[in-house]
Amino acid sequence: MESEGYSLRVSLFITCYNDTLFPDTGKAVVRVLERLGHTVDFPAGQTCCGQMHWNTGYQEEAMPLLSRFVEQFKGSEAVVSPSTSCIAMMRDHYPIMAERSKDKKLQSDVAELLPKVWEFSEFLTQKLGLEDVGAYYPHRVTFHASCHGLRSLHLGDGPMRLLRAVRGIDLVEIENLEQCCGFGGTFAIKNAEVSSAMLSEKVRGVLNTRAEAVTGCDNSCLMHIGGALHRERTGVHPIHLAEILASEEGGQP
Amino acid sequence: MSGAALDPTTAPKFQVAAKALMGDSQLRKNVRHATNVIQKKRARVVEEMPDWQELRESGKEIRRHTMRHLDFYLEQFERNCTAAGGVVHWAKDAEEARQIVVALVKASGGAGGSPTEVIKIKSMTTEEIQLNKALEAAGIHAYETDLAELIIQLGHDQPSHIVVPALHKNRAQIREIFQREMNLPDLGGTPQDLADAARKFLREKFLRVKTAVSGANFLIAETGGVCIVESEGNGRMCLTLPDTLISVAGIDKVIPRFQDLEVLLQLLPRSATGERMNPYNSLWAGVDKTSLGGDGPRTFHVVLMDNARTEILADEESRQTLHCIRCGACQNACPVYQQTGGHAYGSVYAGPIGAILTPQLMEMHHAQSLPYASSLCGACYEVCPVKINIPEVLIHLRNKVVKQQSSGLNILANPEVMALKAVAMVFRNETVFHAAQKLGRLGELPLSRKDGQGDAWIEWLPGMLGGWTQVRDLHVMPKQTFRQWFEARGKDAAGRRADDQTGNGTAVRATRRPGDTVEKGTGNGR
Repeated sequence: MESEGYSLRVSLFITCYNDTLFPDTGKAVVRVLERLGHTVDFPAGQTCCGQMHWNTGYQEEAMPLLSRFVEQFKGSEAVVSPSTSCIAMMRDHYPIMAERSKDKKLQSDVAELLPKVWEFSEFLTQKLGLEDVGAYYPHRVTFHASCHGLRSLHLGDGPMRLLRAVRGIDLVEIENLEQCCGFGGTFAIKNAEVSSAMLSEKVRGVLNTRAEAVTGCDNSCLMHIGGALHRERTGVHPIHLAEILASEEGGQP
Repeated sequence: MSGAALDPTTAPKFQVAAKALMGDSQLRKNVRHATNVIQKKRARVVEEMPDWQELRESGKEIRRHTMRHLDFYLEQFERNCTAAGGVVHWAKDAEEARQIVVALVKASGGAGGSPTEVIKIKSMTTEEIQLNKALEAAGIHAYETDLAELIIQLGHDQPSHIVVPALHKNRAQIREIFQREMNLPDLGGTPQDLADAARKFLREKFLRVKTAVSGANFLIAETGGVCIVESEGNGRMCLTLPDTLISVAGIDKVIPRFQDLEVLLQLLPRSATGERMNPYNSLWAGVDKTSLGGDGPRTFHVVLMDNARTEILADEESRQTLHCIRCGACQNACPVYQQTGGHAYGSVYAGPIGAILTPQLMEMHHAQSLPYASSLCGACYEVCPVKINIPEVLIHLRNKVVKQQSSGLNILANPEVMALKAVAMVFRNETVFHAAQKLGRLGELPLSRKDGQGDAWIEWLPGMLGGWTQVRDLHVMPKQTFRQWFEARGKDAAGRRADDQTGNGTAVRATRRPGDTVEKGTGNGR
């Protein structure tokens, strides 16, 4: 935990899907970190962590993405990413991948880099020791704890503590918080029927909270849940935790 | 579900079978109800254990150690079991195991001739090798004596869970089966009525049939003993009343010491049925060699079956599959299993453990869709009493499947392989990635529709991607990527700050801009 007034240079790993589909999340991460007095840089050669390939069975294809990530981020003071599943990919698999590469340099680089890599919410709660980041969001919100955040990163109630400190928020807990939403990357397409059934339960949980928005630390789950919320014209929208934390009184909604 | 055996060599792909089964409202309600009840019971008895995580770790170490020295412990078991009066047989595969059991049953009648009946204790290993069918073909009828297995057998059904095989049936359905198959048209519908009917039906078999077939929960190398745990006492009947007992076990069932049960018999019942202890714990070694007529069979056989387990052991990444103690906790916890039930897996081993075990038992020649029957949510790993990292093994097996699909000309027949390989190339260079993003924006243009808020969404996607839009819309790609926003912002600020050029030359550095219009409010983060 860092002391007050400490300023870090944070290297943002935006992730491929956030870069392409959810730029607002990245902007929000930058806003929050800068508001807290830190500087943000964006290594320009970054692309993807390799999660989709690794988890779908394309291990060989994921290997060059590990080297690319390490090349781009080694030497960073801190790496922050607004995606639980990508961070889980790195923590759970990068050491194994490096070992398999038989490249000693890569192994030591990975070992050195990984402890500096943080998921956005855990960077705030664990590295910076913060709960109140000065946000204002006067809406009824429920939180979806993504499986990777819950069972791989063990975020616990970290994101909820950040949300509880948001001024004006009406935070309401969803039933079966631990239950998977059914996204699972390529699972959503390969096993569309089962994924849809799991999604239907999660959507019911969201609707039962009568929230206006469902938030979380992973836009991939939120894209999946939000896709169904939109299809059913529920009027409930997904929003990444960073975007709620970036919202301020008198600022953007 | 028809009476056709769950056979991975002929089963449809998981997603196909799942789609059909998910239309069965009754089945889905039954599965959901049962898994919820067992999960809650499990959670209660696990929470009360202060050392549960340490127990899991011990369980894992016992199993890991055993697998590292499996040859030693199997031979030790054979020696000690033989010394105690048992007869140990080795079967390299299912076919050999079936032949051995059929021959042993035939011989068990002695001078009285070949028996035409055996009684059985629930055993997934004998389900794995479809033993009943082989016995039937040899003119021997097997009576299942476990209540759930009896329901399955009388209902011409198949097991859908490794601990609770009839979990997909509710009480009303069970009553109908009993009324029809036991010829009891007036049978009541209370649990008591059903249990009474089963008891009457079975009691007579226990007393009449002289040969029993069982599986095994654990084989204890140190003593040559066998352990079976159960809830109904039918197992105890089968283990004590018949003259001949034949136990079929995978070679993975061995444990080194009697004392290891201290750990495993805490982990197993709590994980399996949410009980602190199984109602019946039977342990025996060999036969009673005295002439006093003590309990137990006069002749005892153990069939140690490999059936691809050695192959699994040889794979460093997935050998932890063999650590499984068949508690079924992963099945109850799995959100996929909860939707589909067990039959969708096309194997007697369903759920997460089935998704890793079945393809490996098939040596990856069948059941290749099973490693993908998971969202990798990790709930299975969390509840596994011996800490099998099922998601890791699933991913490892997916890699094996991809290698099969990518070999030679196979690759051309598989659009998914082509697509994922192409995407991987895109991610190897940020300029190509950027170009692909632009191309994607163009490609999706004809599919985009404005909603009431003026927001553009896609409601239909072609081909494989159609799985997404069957129940979900997809927001179109925003006009500007994050990278474009950040780089444009960096250029604005670059002129004002000299230190922007530091770093490795690829990084664009941005700091807070005091004039930024969104930087309002009073939050200071403290």
